Amino acid sequence: MTVLAPDGGTAAPPGPMAAVSCEQITYTFGTHTAVDHVDLRIEPGETFGLLGPNGAGKTTTIRMLVTLLKPVDGRITVFGVNTATQPMLVRRMIGYVPQLLSADGTLTGWENVQLFARLFDVPRKQRAGRVDGALAAMGLTDAAHRRAATYSGGMIRRLELAQALVNAPRLLVLDEPTVGLDPIARTDVWDYITKLRDEFGMTVLMTTHYMDEADAYCDQLALMHLGHIRATGTPADLKAALGEHVTLDEVFRHYTGGTLDESGEKGGIRNVRRTRSTARRLG
Amino acid sequence: MSAAPAAPPAASASIPVPGGPIFELKSLASRIVTLCWVEVCKVRHDRSELYTRAIQPALWLLIYGETFTRIHAIPTPHGIPYLAYLAPGIIGQSALFVAIFYGIQIIWERDAGVLTKLMVTPTPRSALITGKAFAAGLRSVIQAAVVVVLAAILGVSLTDNPLKLIATAFIVVLGSAFFSCLSMTIAGLALRRDRLMGIGQAITMPLFFSSSALYPVKVMPGWLQVLTKFNPLSYEVDALRGLLIGTPADMTLDVIVLVCVTVAGIGAAAALLPRLAKG
Repeated sequence: MTVLAPDGGTAAPPGPMAAVSCEQITYTFGTHTAVDHVDLRIEPGETFGLLGPNGAGKTTTIRMLVTLLKPVDGRITVFGVNTATQPMLVRRMIGYVPQLLSADGTLTGWENVQLFARLFDVPRKQRAGRVDGALAAMGLTDAAHRRAATYSGGMIRRLELAQALVNAPRLLVLDEPTVGLDPIARTDVWDYITKLRDEFGMTVLMTTHYMDEADAYCDQLALMHLGHIRATGTPADLKAALGEHVTLDEVFRHYTGGTLDESGEKGGIRNVRRTRSTARRLG
Repeated sequence: MSAAPAAPPAASASIPVPGGPIFELKSLASRIVTLCWVEVCKVRHDRSELYTRAIQPALWLLIYGETFTRIHAIPTPHGIPYLAYLAPGIIGQSALFVAIFYGIQIIWERDAGVLTKLMVTPTPRSALITGKAFAAGLRSVIQAAVVVVLAAILGVSLTDNPLKLIATAFIVVLGSAFFSCLSMTIAGLALRRDRLMGIGQAITMPLFFSSSALYPVKVMPGWLQVLTKFNPLSYEVDALRGLLIGTPADMTLDVIVLVCVTVAGIGAAAALLPRLAKG
């Protein structure tokens, strides 16, 4: 039996262990470089927002971080564990909510969470308690035995958070968690995410297009554009750097050239289609 | 903005992570049980597919089987009634039809984001595919049970030996596991549901007609007899006939072929899974 241990690579970042450390990571789709030598450091306990227009490389970065894609260059560690060499260990530390609504509508909420408890090897004796606990934490106890297809959009997002929570992850990765939700459901989902972070001290990495959410809920931000990180800092610092009374929308426009989608990235159309698909499923 | 909280309790990092071949095997078994459990939940919530899928084998047995029994057009070994000879073939066909479109489900899961999330769990690709293959096998066993009941209603005398019935279920699971892996492999190449539907329809009938499901190999033309040897459905049906109606069968060869093609199918589908997830 081995115990989770830092990978001890030669390029370990300075100072205390980061929750996430990306060093010069690069990913290409054919001839197109989606992520180009990106450096990123996320401290334990932070809520970190990765912002950028469609095609900026946010989702590709997230997919490398959660071990779905292998960087063609560079190195990613999650709590010191290398994602390329020890992906299974990294997965045990991550709770992931993808952009698409990914709960299985043909199963009940309880079954959806139970599935992930089993796949994360939660011991049988603890499983029922952990599943019930995750559903209760997300306010879904009463709806637990209804099929997920009957849930509202906000409830499905909360169910996905319960799925991500059931293995007690150290890092919660949320890819546009509130896309397509109405303002009330967005606030509702954020209340639950904040509660999770405050109660369990998780590190949260999220992408979003909503600047108001990034401003309100993130400790640190990175603005990404055309595969590069253009700026990092706290929302206050980023705004202050551009002058008084500057909004985060203006910061976003400043660093991304005032466009929402100019990259022509391979995934650009697909990103839009995915977002629309999610919005459609949410009604 | 929220204040940065204290360091996390390191919940998952403090969990000892087991390793070694015994853990790997236990983990594989656990994934198979889990994905079969999901399949059972789905069938329990919506049984309509069970009923609709029972129509086609019922028609094969009732119309095709009854008619060809009357006209005595197909010579069966040891004078076995044609309906009895046909029933194991229809079980094999029914399992094939369930499994061959299983790739559509995995493409749907890809499109719905379910596959991505499954792939971020500590489950090796091969274990995910094996679990899904056995889940398809379980669904086929349920379908096979329906055909056995239908055959009994039509007066076909199949074995009532519980061990042979368990072995029958094992063969059906193996055969379906292979065909579902074939389907998931094609899904990894075709990437789209409409393409997979087309390919599935194009290969299902040739697989069915080039097997011994409907008629003995010796009545086929020479070129078809050669093709039959490369068709896993023939080995599945041969084993099913041996178990259910006691015809002579090379059970060892049948099982070896089915196990080998299933392992190869799992390898191919698992290798293409990242391509499917990206697509």
